[in-house]
Amino acid sequence: MATYEKILLKNMEQPGYTGSLADYEGTGGYRALRTVLRDMQPDQVIEVVKKSGLRGRGGAGFPTGVKWGFIPKNHPGPKYLCCNADESEPGTFKDRQLMERDPHQMLEGMAITCFAIGAQTAYIYIRGEFRLGAKILEQALQEAYAAGYLGNNILGSGLTINIYVHLGAGAYICGEETALLESLEGKRGMPRFKPPFPATHGLYQNPTVVNNVETMANIPHIINRGGEWYASIGSPPKSCGTRVFCLSGHVKRPGNYETPMGITFRELIYDLGGGMRSDKPLKAFIPGGASAPFLTPDHLDVKMDFESVALAGSMLGSGGVTVMEEGTNMVWAALRLMEFFYHESCGKCTPCREGTSWLVQTLQRIWNKRGRPEDVGVLDELCGNIPGRTVCAFGDAAVSPIVSTLLHWRGEYEALIREAQETMPRNKEIPVFTP
Amino acid sequence: MLIDRFKNEVEDILSRYPVKRSALLPLLNLAQREEGFVSESAMKEIAKVLGLTPAQVFETVTFYTMFNLKPIGKFHLQVCKSLMCALVGSDEVVVWIQKKLGIAQGQTTADNLFTLSVVECLGSCGTGPMMQVNDDYYEQLSEEKVGRVLDDLKRDGTCSLKTGPFMYPQPLAK
Ligand SMILES: Cc1cc2nc3c(=O)[nH]c(=O)nc-3n(C[C@H](O)[C@H](O)[C@H](O)COP(=O)(O)O)c2cc1C
Ligand code: SF4
Repeated sequence: MATYEKILLKNMEQPGYTGSLADYEGTGGYRALRTVLRDMQPDQVIEVVKKSGLRGRGGAGFPTGVKWGFIPKNHPGPKYLCCNADESEPGTFKDRQLMERDPHQMLEGMAITCFAIGAQTAYIYIRGEFRLGAKILEQALQEAYAAGYLGNNILGSGLTINIYVHLGAGAYICGEETALLESLEGKRGMPRFKPPFPATHGLYQNPTVVNNVETMANIPHIINRGGEWYASIGSPPKSCGTRVFCLSGHVKRPGNYETPMGITFRELIYDLGGGMRSDKPLKAFIPGGASAPFLTPDHLDVKMDFESVALAGSMLGSGGVTVMEEGTNMVWAALRLMEFFYHESCGKCTPCREGTSWLVQTLQRIWNKRGRPEDVGVLDELCGNIPGRTVCAFGDAAVSPIVSTLLHWRGEYEALIREAQETMPRNKEIPVFTP
Repeated sequence: MLIDRFKNEVEDILSRYPVKRSALLPLLNLAQREEGFVSESAMKEIAKVLGLTPAQVFETVTFYTMFNLKPIGKFHLQVCKSLMCALVGSDEVVVWIQKKLGIAQGQTTADNLFTLSVVECLGSCGTGPMMQVNDDYYEQLSEEKVGRVLDDLKRDGTCSLKTGPFMYPQPLAK
């Protein structure tokens, strides 16, 4: 099995490493912040991050340095950084580990980002359920303030940077960056129309960068070891660096695995994850969180980088890989995910609000052996009418479990419907859906 | 009055935001922490502090699933049922709890100790099946483990099986 140099998980995997400030400093922590404050201009920091090829780890994979470059230089009011720690894409559980095991790594990244974009205030928007993570971050912040890495006149530079933890309250959609901003403003977490983008009209209508926890955690290492170094890892030029992949489902050893981008799904699932948990073979996997279309065993040798997964018809998304063994019914799997999307739709757009409800009802009907021959067509039509007609990308994501399972396993839908036709008494009322 | 009792904490919260309304979720979280749910009087108090109407507070509260508008049991058992947990047996966890406590989803035990909810993904997909009880996560559940958690909570108010700072898989000993 190939071994890889880890970047983000390296410290926390050392025996006895607690994530305290002393431990973090002992591994060279906050050296990058010192370098930046002493030797660099904000523009130079942005250049280094651009050169590194780092792309956002929250799902969309937008180039981080480019995003920072959109922040207007001469804006008269405040600018903000928001770290997206909402982590609620089913299949994803890496940010939790990064925050709870090595909180200073991301805090240092945030401080450097604040310097680069000229923000004095940053918020960590953490999902409401992560109470332990929030507590650990609060403690880490106290340490960082006491040591002069945060607050007024940090490290004698004259700069002020304050970071606050802000707990959400249970809403997946608040991970979408503009919904996150709405929620942080104390409102219902409903996404905003874009444009304007957060880079110009973000928090309180001021220029704002929203970046994922893992994105932030990469920054100190890029500063310390250089953009070229980072850009040489993984699958350059488009997918540089490592990723923390989250493996779940029917595998022997689920969990978080950091590898360079560009290893294959086979390596992740069979070498690192130990293969299938029982003797049943692999039937399907989701390559990048619940929003990513399902793939089949034929795709096991696809490389885990942004472009290769997109070419295979899915997306690398948040890096959550979920494995399903033979015997898992794909209608059932799609229904489980659809129930999630139905529950989490914020309700702003009609196609998404009504469409997810309709899709769940239709899938429940099929799964409960009450399906009608025309139901597969109903699914096709609904799935064709939601994407691209909504305010946020949730609408596109919500149909992907159905579209992809219909593509690869349409026969399973048809079999359930055939069974229904054979067993269902004629003219029986179709049961009404109760959420 | 809630706000008076936690004056320092409330002031600390307010000091973090340039716009008062941003303190809404943190204050609601505080109210729920203290009372177990968000009461109407708490909403009114918070509205006053933030210069909002009670309706503005209410409209926001109802968006977020973590806020309880009614009192619930002392321990809120929330079992994740999303696909990743379902693949490894979360539906059984629900059955185990129902069997042991005699309550269905959404119900509270007669002694007001436990309320059972079935929820969507809690970010612990590699260590399922799992449940959250108040602030704590309990993962890789088996029937025996669930039994121990419930017994411990009932007897001691706490249980040592909860997850600490998360790392999985644990690094192999060198
Ligand atoms: C429905 C939806 C949910 C999202 N959830 C998250 C999330 O939980 N965490 C996250 O970091 N990004 C999430 N995103 C992506 C964010 O909108 C945003 O792109 C990201 O935080 C930007 O950070 P990055 O450039 O560092 O990836 C979500 C997007 C959508 C459309
Ligand atoms: S697509 Fe869905 S989640 Fe996104 S804004 Fe519209 S209704 Fe809300």
